[in-house]
Formats: sequence, C-alpha cells, structure tokens
Amino acid sequence: MAEKSILRLALSSRNLIIGLALSLVFVIAGLLSFLWTPYDVTMLDIPSRFQTPSAAHWLGTDHFGRDILSMIMVGARTSIAVALVAVGIGMGLGVPLGLAAAARKDSLLDDLIMRGNDLVFAFPSLLIAILITAVFGPSALNAIIAIGVFNIPVFARLVRGAALSLWTLDYVLSARVAGKGAARISFEHILPNVANLLIVQGTIQFSLGILAEASLSYVGLGAQPPIPSWGRMLADSQTMISLAPHMALFPGLAIVLTVLGLNLAGDGLRDLFDPKLRKART
Amino acid sequence: MMKAISRSMFAASMMLTAGAAFAANTDVTVGLQLEPPHLDPTSAAAGAIDQVLYSNVFEGLTRFGPDGSVNPGLAESWTISDDGLSYTFKLRAGVKFHDGSDFEATDVVFSLDRARAEDSVNAQKALFAGIASVEALDAGTVKVTLSDANGSFLFNMAWGDAVMVAPESIDDIKSNPVGTGAFRFDSWSRGDKIELARNEDYWGTPARIEAATFKFISDPTAAFAAMMAEDVDVFYSYPAPENLMAFEADARFTILSGSTEGETILAMNNKQAPFDNAKVRAAVSYAIDRNAIIDGAMFGFGTPIGTHFAPHNPDYVDLTGNSAYDPEKARALLAEAGLADGFKTTLKLPPPSYARRGGEIIAAQLRAVGIETEISNLEWAQWLEQVFRGYDYGLTIVSHTEPMDIGIYARPEYYFQYDNADFQTLIADLAVEADPGKRSGMLKQAQTVISEDYVNAYLFQLAMVSVVKTDLKGIWENAPTQAIDLTSVYWAD
Repeated sequence: MAEKSILRLALSSRNLIIGLALSLVFVIAGLLSFLWTPYDVTMLDIPSRFQTPSAAHWLGTDHFGRDILSMIMVGARTSIAVALVAVGIGMGLGVPLGLAAAARKDSLLDDLIMRGNDLVFAFPSLLIAILITAVFGPSALNAIIAIGVFNIPVFARLVRGAALSLWTLDYVLSARVAGKGAARISFEHILPNVANLLIVQGTIQFSLGILAEASLSYVGLGAQPPIPSWGRMLADSQTMISLAPHMALFPGLAIVLTVLGLNLAGDGLRDLFDPKLRKART
Repeated sequence: MMKAISRSMFAASMMLTAGAAFAANTDVTVGLQLEPPHLDPTSAAAGAIDQVLYSNVFEGLTRFGPDGSVNPGLAESWTISDDGLSYTFKLRAGVKFHDGSDFEATDVVFSLDRARAEDSVNAQKALFAGIASVEALDAGTVKVTLSDANGSFLFNMAWGDAVMVAPESIDDIKSNPVGTGAFRFDSWSRGDKIELARNEDYWGTPARIEAATFKFISDPTAAFAAMMAEDVDVFYSYPAPENLMAFEADARFTILSGSTEGETILAMNNKQAPFDNAKVRAAVSYAIDRNAIIDGAMFGFGTPIGTHFAPHNPDYVDLTGNSAYDPEKARALLAEAGLADGFKTTLKLPPPSYARRGGEIIAAQLRAVGIETEISNLEWAQWLEQVFRGYDYGLTIVSHTEPMDIGIYARPEYYFQYDNADFQTLIADLAVEADPGKRSGMLKQAQTVISEDYVNAYLFQLAMVSVVKTDLKGIWENAPTQAIDLTSVYWAD
C-alpha cells in the first residue's frame, strides 16, 4: 500500500483526527509549560484565591490563589511524562518477554513468563500501584514504576499471541532454514509485523497510564506537592466543590479530554492498521 | 366546606409536624471524624475515646469545666495537707455505676492503683507517677499520698485517663464501658455509630436529653452533606474550614469557634544538621508568615502563637514578636550560619488539612528565602514510625493537643530532640512547686526559653470549630480537654 493512500485514509478517519487533535492540545500545553506558563505555579497568592474564570485567570484560581490554567499545563507535563515512561517500561520489558515466550512455545521459559504475567495480571492494577507506592513511599518515580509494572503483561500477552501465528508462516520457516536463530527471527521478522499492534495498544495503555497517574495522585501516592498533578488538583477541590466548582471542573475536563483523545486516536490507528478493516473500507 | 376541610387538614398536619419535631428534640446526634479504637479511656491515647465517653459515661475525682477550670467530680471536696503531700478526698454519697453497683472508696483505690501499676497500659502514666499510696479510709473517704508535692495533681485527676472504673466491669470495658456518668453506654455499631442513653439514676443533675448518638464520618465531603441534610445536629471539630462560609450563611446553623489545647508547630529536628544550629532554626521561624498560613490553610480560624502554650491560658506570654515575619532577616541569619545559598531538607506531613495545606504554604515561604523542601505526605502510622519514633525528618507540622504539654521540651528523646539542661531543671522544679505565683512565673520563663531558642517554629493555636444546629444549646465552645460533654446540652424551644 502506498504511503499516500495511508495518509489519505488517516485524514478521512474522523476518530483519528479528533483523537490526535485532542491529545496534541495537551502535549503542546505540556511542552509549552517548560518555556512559559501564564503564572508561576509554585507562587501562592492567597488573597486572590477562589477566583472564577476571568481575563486575568482564564480558568480561575485555586484555594491558594494559583492560576488553574498554569497548573493544568504543568500537570499535563506530569501526566504525560509519567504515562509515557510507564508505557515505555511496559513495552521495553513486555515485548521481549512476549517474543521470547512465542519463540520457545510450550517450553519451561514460556510457562515461566506467561504464568508470571498471569500472576501480575491477577491483581487489579491499581492495587499493585498502591502496594508499590506504599512500600517505597509516594513519589512520581514510584508511580511510574508502579504503572509500568502492570503494563508489562499487557504487552507480553499481546506480542506472544500475535507472534505465535507469525511463527507458523512460510517466510519465518524459510528464515529458519536459512539458519537464523530464534532471537534474530524475532527481531527481524516478527517484531516489524507486530509493530502496528504495539502502536495501537501503546496508545490505549498511554491513556490508561494517564488515568492511573491521576488516580494515584488523587489518593496522594503520585507526584508530591508543589509539583502540580491533575489527580491532586481534583483531590484538593473535593471539599471545596460547593464553594468553587471550577476547581474540580477544569482538571476533571483535562483528564477526560486527554483520555478520550488518546482512545479515539487508538481506535483510529487500529482501523488504519488492521488489514481486514482496511480492505473492507477500500 | 372544602376550604374548612383543607384548613383542618392543614392544622392537623401542622400538629403532626410539630409533634414530630418535638419528638426528635429529645436526642442529639453528634458527628465526629474519628472513631474510637475501643472504649477504655484508661488504656489508650486516642482522643476519640475521651470525646465520646469523658464526663458522659466516665467521671473522675475532679472534672474539667467548659473553661478548663478544675471542678469537683466524684469527689465532692478535698483537703490538702500542709506539706502538699497528702490529699484526702471526700466522695459523693449515693453514686452508682451503670451496672447498679455502688461507687465507693475501694473503686478509687482500684482505679488509681490500676493506672499507676508497673504493667499499666495507661497512655498518660506520668499523671500518676507521683502517687506513693492510695488508701480507703472508709467507704466515702480516700487518702492519696504523693512522693513529692505536685501543684497539678488535681488537674491531673481531671484527665480522661484518670476516670474511675469498677473492678466488676473492668474485663469488658473496651466494648461495654460501665461508668458513673449521666449517660450509660447503649450500643456500638463499629464503623458507624455509638449510642448512649440517659442514666436515670444519675447522682447529680440529670442530662436534659434522653439519648445521644455519636456518628463517625471521616470524609469531610460526607460531613458537609450530613450536616446540610441535618442527619447530624452538631459536627464537633468540623474538618473542612473551607465549608464554614456556607454554614455561616445558613440560619439553620451556628458556628462555634473556640480555643483548643492544640499548639500547631513546624517542628524541627534539633539534632539534625542544619537544624542543630539555633541561627538556622531562627531563620526558619522568621521566614514564616503565620497569618498567611492561618488564612490560607485554616480560612482564618486560628490564633498566632510565639511559643508552645495556649493563648487562652492566664499564664500565656505573647512571644510572636520573637519571630515576626521577616524574610530579609531570615536570609541574613542563614548567611550568618554559613548557608547563604540556602539548603535542602524534608517536610513530612501527616493527613490533617492544617498540615497538608499549611505545608504547601510553608514550603513556598521557605523557598522564598532559599530553603528547598521535599514534601512527603504521610499517613498517621507512617508519620509515627518515621518522624515521631524514627527521627527521620527535617521538618514536620503537627498540632499538639494535650493540655499544658510544655514539659515535652524537657524530654530530650522527644521527636524534636531538644536537649537543654537548664530547661529540664526548670520543668523539674515546676513539677514540685505548689505556690501559684511562683508556678506562673516559671511557666512564663519556660515559654520564653523555648521561644528564644527557636526550638520549633510556633505557628498557631488550632481553633475548635464546631457546626451546631442553631436550636441546640450547651455545646462547649472551647476544648480544654478532648471531651464532648453532653450533660448540659438541650434544645431551645
């Protein structure tokens, strides 16, 4: 398939366009916050607390008089960084494990890897995250590790399943006949053919990672103050909801829109990469 | 005709609602954030136990009044020997425990001996440390002999940890407390509520309400909803000051803002560098704007303090001037201590909002003078382990709610690890001084010493803010001790 037509397909997928656009807004907001935010988020200005949205503070101010727009921008950075690294950990460890399990199907190694994955999978993901942060103390780093750990089995299973069917194909057989080892085949032939699956799943996991980071920081186990995070902004606003509803509204919207955007983008990408769906459309 | 019917129906319904309202007005539901772990005030420090039981179910020889004064309790009078060593208590006649047994001198001997025994698990054993012997002279008279004169002995006997218990009911006290108070324990649904019923055989003035329910609501948002829905009549020590404006604007509710014994301090680890340097501690104290913290974290509820002493106490000295907000001076002091570029430390915060919110404000104020803090939000168990017992911290915020607890500065092993031999001598002398004038002078001196040594940064006295239905009268405004005394609470008509 020519690249041009993929691009055209991509442009004609409403899900993908809306999803990517929403995600990009927050990525750009996060990146921009490195260079500039409307106000300094570590500066407290108590006399101007609980302001509703205005020209000076587009999204209002919180209980310490901090600018909510600035906090959401920096919070985007926290969320995206945590989710990105966590998905990276999940992929970096899960993909090789899945490839290895598929290459040595039904061996002891396969059993070890997959049963180990089952074990991690058996626990609700947030429970593992809370366990890890409770043992090692609350911090953004531990949140990353926690979210990363429960991403490993997701990728390992996905890759193993897809790789198993690829291993039965003729071109893999010919590669084996040509004397290539299992590791080389896995990386040269199997991996490129599961890459599209990984991109789709990665996008979904990324949105779940953002949600998990928000949940962890909501219960106080994520990034610690004064680093803004969307989950903690929500937690702070909880008792003030009758007083300043905008304090809960905007971080809540930020979480919803980012997760929605990433999910739509994931859906769109799946449509784009899935050969069956693609054939049906053309 | 129709009009007449509807009018009479209206009247009937009015009478019905009036009747219902009247019926509802014989009991009180108190909202509390924390549930007691068990119901024995003589074997645990948890303040929630005293809040439910003190004075309501259990009484001591003496008792605290709403203003913190020490009044006769189960002892109707007493005489003190000239050397201050022996106290002879005359007990009230005709007092019965809720199980029907008589309260007699032997119960006093049992209670005090149990509290001061070697294997006693009383949380405040120091209250009883000076007792040499307790003897029953007759059924209605008890003589307590002290090893050293102790000016605060009667005060000590008013604590919730010194209440009178009976040997007959001691085994089940944790789940079925039997005392002598105006209310008897009725039931406890764990995780939900404790119910008390009026003691009809009370020796003193009987309570005006028939029943009391203590409902445990830990979540501030749920507390707000419960109060607004009128599910609870009074929320004692309301946990979310940010909601008070909403209650203030509502005629159904009254806000009681009183003083507590809670000195809220930014504690410094006096043995850990750089806080072992008094100049650094002074710099921290000067860097902090108390009013911004009271305003930002407590929404204006709180009184600035300059030492570890309750402002409502007659012996209180206002020493806030020793550390008035002055960031320039803080920077200069840091430079003198050789830390012109500032330093990094940890700020460990327990769950209450005074600590969590106050911590963010303090972190910003310290950052302004070059002190970087790494905040960690801890649960109480972690805080006790790491900070209180482990000394593993630089700074922490906590409110010390015990009354008259300046003596903790004489304990070098106490978590802020202040070790000053002169101060320890002063407190030891104070403990045996009975002359009120001299005691007052010594207390003032003690306050000055810890203020000028900048042991900790003294922030504010925690306000006791309770939300009460406007018709409910007699709730204590101040909190001289951890108590919700319901014995004189009533509904205004």
